Amino acid sequence: MNKLTRARISVEALLGQVHSPERGGTCVFLGSVRNDGDVTAIEYSAYDEMARDEIVRMMEEAQSRWPAAKIIVQHRLGLVPAGEASIAIVAAAPHRDEAFAACRYVIEEVKKRLPIWKKEIHADGTSTWVDSFGKEIAGDLRDS
Amino acid sequence: MAQVTVRFFARYAELAGCQATSVEVAESATVSEVLERMRETVPGARELPDRPFTVLNFKQVKLDARVSDGDEVALLPPFSGG
Repeated sequence: MNKLTRARISVEALLGQVHSPERGGTCVFLGSVRNDGDVTAIEYSAYDEMARDEIVRMMEEAQSRWPAAKIIVQHRLGLVPAGEASIAIVAAAPHRDEAFAACRYVIEEVKKRLPIWKKEIHADGTSTWVDSFGKEIAGDLRDS
Repeated sequence: MAQVTVRFFARYAELAGCQATSVEVAESATVSEVLERMRETVPGARELPDRPFTVLNFKQVKLDARVSDGDEVALLPPFSGG
């Protein structure tokens, strides 16, 4: 099911939820925490209530675009160590084009629409808020 | 009068020094007036942008949107999920 979770994401479990004999193409997108520089983990936080509402809307839109597909997204919150997945999207459809398209659509919408933030945790214990492209947020230039 | 909750997230919560506050404004006050009142009571709020991305009851609004008693205003930094 679609959700925000503080637990590790199980791709196997997600695959089990989308797989069926009539869906011949399955696409999986995993976004994982990179160990850029001295980054040891990323702390994810969210405006939970708004994010949950937005996930419902987003996935209804995806479902209406690809009605024959079964699509699931899970986003992890809390401390995610480098190397572990922070987001997983699985899309299964009768044919690969729909599966790839649905998967791509959902990750792009997640980045644009979900009120989720990440803070990089460094090896020396310091932390840095970063924007959606992984760059440190400087000043308030993006807010107004 | 209307009691309105103002919530801060991520970097804004660190700057404000709290996750949320409650302000009292006139019934049908604007979001702009809510933020003005909030800045009087939350010392760290002066570090926030003048016109932050603002949502009212989970939907994006402009600063001239009107609030009612029990509403929730949230100030959101640029999203960075995924």
